[in-house]
Amino acid sequence: MGTVDLTQFHQVFYDESLEALDGMEEALLALEHGVQNPGADAPERVNAIFRAAHSIKGGAATFGFNDLAAFTHVLESLLDEIRSNRRAADEEMIELLLQAGDCMRGMLTRTRAGTPVADLTSESLRARFAAMLGNPAAAAASPQASELPVAGWRIHFRPRANLLRSGNDPLRMFRELARYGALVVKQVQVLQQPRPAFAELDPTAPMLAWELELHGDIKRRDVEGVFEWVEGDCDLAIELLHDRRAGEVPQDAAPSAAQDADKPGREAGAHTDAGSIRVGIGKVDALIDMVGELVITQSMLGNIGEHFSMDRLGRLQEGLAQLERTTRELQDSVMRIRMLPIAAVFNRFPRLVRDLEHRLGKRVRLELRGETTEVDKTVLEKIGDPLVHLVRNAIDHGLETPAARVAAGKPETGVLRLEARHEDGYVVVEVSDDGGGLRHGPIIAKAVELGLVSPGQELDDQEIAELIFQAGFSTNKEATDLSGRGVGMDVVRRNVRDLGGSVNVRSREGQGSTFTIVLPLTLAIIDGLTTAVGGERYIIPLVSIVESLQLKARSVRHVAGGGEVFHFREEWLPLVRLHEVFGCAGAETAVERGIVVVVDAGGRRVGLLVDALVGQQQVVIKSLEAHYQRIEGISGATIANDGGVALIVDVDGVVRASARRRAA
Amino acid sequence: MAQPPSRGNRPVPKSEPEAGKLVQQLTFILAGEEYGIDILSVREIRAWSKLTRIPQTPAYVLGVLNLRGAIVPVIDLRLRFGLPREGYDSNTVTVVAAVGNRLFGVVADSVADVFNAYEDRIKPVPDLGAVVDTRFLKGLAGDGERMIMLLDLERLMRPEEAEALDAAMPEIADVAVAA
Repeated sequence: MGTVDLTQFHQVFYDESLEALDGMEEALLALEHGVQNPGADAPERVNAIFRAAHSIKGGAATFGFNDLAAFTHVLESLLDEIRSNRRAADEEMIELLLQAGDCMRGMLTRTRAGTPVADLTSESLRARFAAMLGNPAAAAASPQASELPVAGWRIHFRPRANLLRSGNDPLRMFRELARYGALVVKQVQVLQQPRPAFAELDPTAPMLAWELELHGDIKRRDVEGVFEWVEGDCDLAIELLHDRRAGEVPQDAAPSAAQDADKPGREAGAHTDAGSIRVGIGKVDALIDMVGELVITQSMLGNIGEHFSMDRLGRLQEGLAQLERTTRELQDSVMRIRMLPIAAVFNRFPRLVRDLEHRLGKRVRLELRGETTEVDKTVLEKIGDPLVHLVRNAIDHGLETPAARVAAGKPETGVLRLEARHEDGYVVVEVSDDGGGLRHGPIIAKAVELGLVSPGQELDDQEIAELIFQAGFSTNKEATDLSGRGVGMDVVRRNVRDLGGSVNVRSREGQGSTFTIVLPLTLAIIDGLTTAVGGERYIIPLVSIVESLQLKARSVRHVAGGGEVFHFREEWLPLVRLHEVFGCAGAETAVERGIVVVVDAGGRRVGLLVDALVGQQQVVIKSLEAHYQRIEGISGATIANDGGVALIVDVDGVVRASARRRAA
Repeated sequence: MAQPPSRGNRPVPKSEPEAGKLVQQLTFILAGEEYGIDILSVREIRAWSKLTRIPQTPAYVLGVLNLRGAIVPVIDLRLRFGLPREGYDSNTVTVVAAVGNRLFGVVADSVADVFNAYEDRIKPVPDLGAVVDTRFLKGLAGDGERMIMLLDLERLMRPEEAEALDAAMPEIADVAVAA
């Protein structure tokens, strides 16, 4: 046992390195800003970047991650030259350093996953850095790839776990590529080997990776554009195919690949394993205080119990009240440990906005507000994708080009604001821009085309805004803009709904749009209404309940097809008998003796028939899938007061299941 | 009853000539027959207690129980093997076992013994006809007249449809496409 097991420190190294990379990126963006508006703090920024690279290199060498150490070594040498003013940190250099940061993020992810660390991107970047170090002049004088005749592109496309989940479809992207030239599939690689057993098969996990060739004189921008929406959700390398007949030697392919390679690994921080969490010492101290209280209360109660007589009843009740208070505070403190500032998500946007500005030729000022707003770690991990989508949308479709803005009498630079705040038990995140807003004409035209509204129908602002959340509704409005790129707002809404939240939009044509996402503070606890069905208990989430009422037998009508409906606030709603859906024995079947709980299932209202309401309480959600499997109509389970298990109703699922029963 | 059997309380006979790897089995009785599961996968033995039924599951999935905050499914082995279930009494036990990271409980008539099985002496399962579903057996162990059927827990937990679909799905491999 003489040697120390270094693997125990790996997690800390990953966490700290990712943090260092974030810091490096921040400093690079500030530096870039400084190049445009010179200031005095540039040397300090370069130092910060150097220190980040240096500490990653040191760690990587210590743990024997040689590829990573070698890469960071050349980067460090280059940074050292910049630091000592032997090399200028111009915009081109900053772009290269940003790419290096992305590349290191990818390498870290692969190190953690235990897969080969060096790849095409890292090797070509390293070679490029080495060449620059050896002979600065030669590197600068190397011919630009874009000047060479383009025979086509070789595309390595490997989807990551989230690609399909965010609503992207490789097939659609391939179809779009094929519009530019002849698309040839060179190789199809199976990602999950050995093939998972059917029970473990996840239909939303990508199974295949592709190597494609696209032949023709095509602009790199166009090829990149096809993959724009899956950035971060895939590993992508785009290499130039030179026209062999022109006698081109393929040696230029390597350096150009570095430029073409997409940015890996940003999303990879949200990996699926348990991960770790950094907690402020204050929160831990609060927890220790609370546990101390609990121990004191316990010993006090124990004392009362040992020598109990009726005259001590008052003290017992007092003690129990104290126990309840302490337990609740303890619960709060524990939940607070999982709460992290939303800055962790917001921090990725300066870079994203910068890249989109460059690519789309727009001028954007990003304003971040309420970064210190704390949200649960699970919410934090899942809010990123919808936000990225909204930000991309805002810059791509919302904000106008500088020329168009000036023509509309607006300042040249558009404003994109991200704001987070707490609002009675919820987290509200707003993405707003002062761009063109939703353009009513094209949206209505598209809705008519899709058969969502009839021609000539009168719609107000809100109804028009709702249209963009319909499935298959593309937000592209220009004829030149290729349709079918990316995903619709319906996916954003669905993802947010899966988190128990909602997303809405306010828009004024010509003045901008505001997208508002409302999410629960935590995914771990919900308010639920416990209901009895037969001898069983089912918990209905309070957020989906509209009202509960008792019906008279004659107010229920049977409609053709076997369904039942009842009258509620000027509407006829379907009645779903929960005991039928869940197959509960001994439940109340007479409508007038049960209770109908009216719920909102994704915009549709239905009534759920239960025997009785038992009570309302906060419940901690437990997964059924952890040890068993997903059950339709059940979103999870919780531990009831008696120590038994109570099931939580998935309202959408129940409505779906009952619709299917009726159809069958 | 609630204590898991300790692995240390039974001396392991080391003197056995050319004995194979030892796989200790926790054995239990089901309809008069003795079954065994690998003792290393056993987490807990509990007295029978009321469960929460789960809708839309096969009858042999009795429901879920709360195991210190984890929601664990419980299977009735009698129902799983198509044997009649008369009722649950004070001898009825739930053996909580783990396969990988997943926990589940199996209900048996009573717990019997800890049996030292040696890998090289475990015999393959003969065709027992329709009496017992031999799909879930890994092998037979025992000495003399005694026969212990060793259960394949992994298979037991897998949904039946998945089994059929697995068999129907061919293996897949990388494909190079000629240009």
